[in-house]
Amino acid sequence: MSAPTGMLTGDRIYRVHWMPGTDTLRGTCHCGAERVADEPVELWEWLLAHPQGHQPAPAPAPGPTGRLAVPA
Amino acid sequence: MTFARDQWYVAAYGSEVGRDLLARTVLGEPLVLYRTGAGEAVALADRCVHRRYPLSESRLDGDTIVCGYHGFTYDRTGTCVFVPGQQRIPRTARVASYPVVEQDSFIWVWIGERDRADPASIPRAPWLADPRYTVVRGMAPLNARYGLLVDNLMDLSHETYLHGGYIGTPEVADTPITTEVDEDRGIVYVSRHMDDAACPPFYARSTGIQGRITRWQDIEYHPPCLYLLHSRIAPQGVYPPADGEDNEAFHAEIVYAITPSTAHTTYDFWAVARDFALDDESVSEYLHQSNHTVVMQDVTALNILEQVIASEPDKYQELSINIDTGGLAARRLLARMVGAGTVGAAR
Repeated sequence: MSAPTGMLTGDRIYRVHWMPGTDTLRGTCHCGAERVADEPVELWEWLLAHPQGHQPAPAPAPGPTGRLAVPA
Repeated sequence: MTFARDQWYVAAYGSEVGRDLLARTVLGEPLVLYRTGAGEAVALADRCVHRRYPLSESRLDGDTIVCGYHGFTYDRTGTCVFVPGQQRIPRTARVASYPVVEQDSFIWVWIGERDRADPASIPRAPWLADPRYTVVRGMAPLNARYGLLVDNLMDLSHETYLHGGYIGTPEVADTPITTEVDEDRGIVYVSRHMDDAACPPFYARSTGIQGRITRWQDIEYHPPCLYLLHSRIAPQGVYPPADGEDNEAFHAEIVYAITPSTAHTTYDFWAVARDFALDDESVSEYLHQSNHTVVMQDVTALNILEQVIASEPDKYQELSINIDTGGLAARRLLARMVGAGTVGAAR
């Protein structure tokens, strides 16, 4: 299956790719930071926490922010 | 449940609004819709200021509505121009009028503060009024909160299970999606591109394609109301050319307007615009009948789900997986809009 790379253009686009052949999601922030996750709630929380935890340095994965960014 | 106010919502198709009075309730607000003699659509509050009689149960006299109970008469701006038995018309004798825009075959109404209504902010569905497309359409009242329909449409993997034999095939649920959010414009985009898929009857019978297909589903949701599904169907392995028109493929623009009526009811406007078999009435009949069936499968399921959820505690437990990535994004944008212009509604 082909995975579309992205259709929207703009200055603040969040992208989540479901990587073909896996159960893994890869989130890309508009700042360029990336992270992989096994489920979408955690990934959206990380994306929407920008810029918190989006430093390019290989930092350990941040824990939950305590803020519910995505309505469950 | 709360609604996003200060937004445009589809209240009706233009074809539904004429010289008869049409009642619709949008975000809990009862509206009466009609068309003036000059052809302009009007939306007023559907309650006479006198004793609350529905103006939709009344009659038109020229461009005014004469209340069917005591004759209070309102012009197209909602101003009362006649009351029975006396000369003086009370200063407060008026009903609210709503900003209206007729565009892309829809009647859009603004629910919120009038001064904030900007017609340029209404999202477009140009295929519905484009002679290069043939359109079938309908509207199904839903006895379920609008969020359930948003969830439903944002995750098309349910086609495989709820709509098998119509639009669902195994590949829909099996194919990974790409989800994007334009944070500034407030748009969610979900792409599911199937390179090699079975052709469901909905497209096999309407396009005449024999065999397998390359099927693309690109969802573009403009919350709160407008949902677009760009559907591209082509013989397997046929992709758009680098330049020029995508003439080897069949395109269907599937449009939904999701309009909250009350806390537990929703108007489900649906339309299928196609760029093939434009003059073939049998294709139109087939697509209308099939899509109506599909919509009613959703309606049945969501009505059941509403009954279940209405009996659950407020923060009921859910489990979200990869297929829900777009639905979660839509929920978050809706929650943001609700926060910006809120009205509470009893659950």
